[in-house]
Amino acid sequence: MLIRKPPAIKSSEITPESVYLNRRELLRAAGITTAGMISGTAHGDESDMNFKPLGKLTPSPYSTDAEPTGFADIASYNNFYEFGLDKSDPAARSGDFKPKPWSVTVDGAAEVTGTFTYEDIVGPHPLEERVYRLRCVEAWSMVVPWAGFPLGDLLKRFKPTSNAKYVAFETVYRPDEMPGQRRRLLRWPYREGLRIDEAMHPLTILATGLYGVELPNQNGAPLRLVVPWKYGFKSIKSIVRISFIEDEPFTTWNDAAPSEYGFFANVNPEVDHPRWSQARERPIGGGFFASKVPTLMFNGYADEVASLYADMDLSRYY
Amino acid sequence: MSFPNRRQLRRIVKPVWFMACLAPFAWLILRALGLAGDDLGADPIEATQDFTGIWALRLLLVTLAITPVRRLTGFIWLTQLRRMTGLFALFYASAHVLNYLVPDQGLNWAAIIEDILERPFITLGALALTGLIALGITSTRGWQVRLGKRWLTLHRLVYVIAILVVWHFWWQVKEVITEPLIYAVILTALLGSRLIKKKRVRFKPDA
Repeated sequence: MLIRKPPAIKSSEITPESVYLNRRELLRAAGITTAGMISGTAHGDESDMNFKPLGKLTPSPYSTDAEPTGFADIASYNNFYEFGLDKSDPAARSGDFKPKPWSVTVDGAAEVTGTFTYEDIVGPHPLEERVYRLRCVEAWSMVVPWAGFPLGDLLKRFKPTSNAKYVAFETVYRPDEMPGQRRRLLRWPYREGLRIDEAMHPLTILATGLYGVELPNQNGAPLRLVVPWKYGFKSIKSIVRISFIEDEPFTTWNDAAPSEYGFFANVNPEVDHPRWSQARERPIGGGFFASKVPTLMFNGYADEVASLYADMDLSRYY
Repeated sequence: MSFPNRRQLRRIVKPVWFMACLAPFAWLILRALGLAGDDLGADPIEATQDFTGIWALRLLLVTLAITPVRRLTGFIWLTQLRRMTGLFALFYASAHVLNYLVPDQGLNWAAIIEDILERPFITLGALALTGLIALGITSTRGWQVRLGKRWLTLHRLVYVIAILVVWHFWWQVKEVITEPLIYAVILTALLGSRLIKKKRVRFKPDA
């Protein structure tokens, strides 16, 4: 395994101020509250559920201009095997899941470790709206208006040491509330990880909501990772543990099928899945008229992240 | 003669069986039009792809089950339903492929040809469909007469096709292979029943 020394991160890249730089953008969007954008739903009965509005979100220059996928689709078409294998299972079978109260254990190579409440974790961070493309390894895609904050801002609060080469994440294990975990579909708990430079990248966020409301259970409540240039399975949901570690962490899909799912899992139209093409993707929401469209390198975030992988053979480190 | 006699077979059993085979497709159309309880979800193309594929496989297995079930039960008339069932398997397989070609791929032939050549599971599916079409075309009485003894040899291809179809299913699931495994077990049992039967009736001229 090639372990690259993480490049020094420019402070301008990780300071939250960077999102305020474009004042004109901010002012233009200031009047817009996304909480009011939730549409009625054609799929399932999630429209009957009450999602708590998050209040005002700061717009972000990292948001895409692409039209967001409808709330009903985002909240009814999910891969979250903790609730079952079918895309409709998470919405249908996550009713017993209790995302509050919540706590997150932080351990490993950092000066500040321990168990923190959800409020400890999220409280200090102003929430931004990040409209990101989401590309699933199964060759479909959505555009999701997440609410969240840069993961790097949180990680810095724990003062990671120089041994923190990677950050590992773990999903909660609650078979009583998560029916999919009662079967050994994957080796529970679900685990994911990033290289520290990927984790500190300003595009990488922890999301607490979407469409201006708190995350629905099926979307990874109450706290999930979003890494928009990687296949969706990297964006681990319902996080209860964050570990700073020295070696490449165990990651669930890589464990399940190492030849098909790598540690990096960067969206790459030129490196196909062994069994299907990654060159194109289906945008969800177009009904029977949503033929596949070309997939973009790093899911369209190449300008921001390609430099992280400058000397890597991406067909080898897929 | 006990039920069904020739007339009952033609006027009752066959129409009922026809409707039964068509029912899943009707259900699909109702859901696609939003006229049934649930619709096809956020990705109706994918839902249609999975639904037509699984019913093509199921009806193919039902077709293969007719002979062993007839032997177990002695219901000779079941054989009269075999061709129709096989043709319905072809019908669902055709819907499966049309859904892939038009809504899914948007008739992007470069991508389609690349898929067929480079994705082994799609190659298997394309081979299976080609075989099914050949069997469908030659399923008529006329072709039966025209091909004579070779007709039976040709139609034994159905065993190969069924293996290809299960394999095609197996190769496209992401990780949890429970469902294709169930179909593989059923297919193995259906193929195995033929081996057992063959031995037992080796000396009968018309097995």
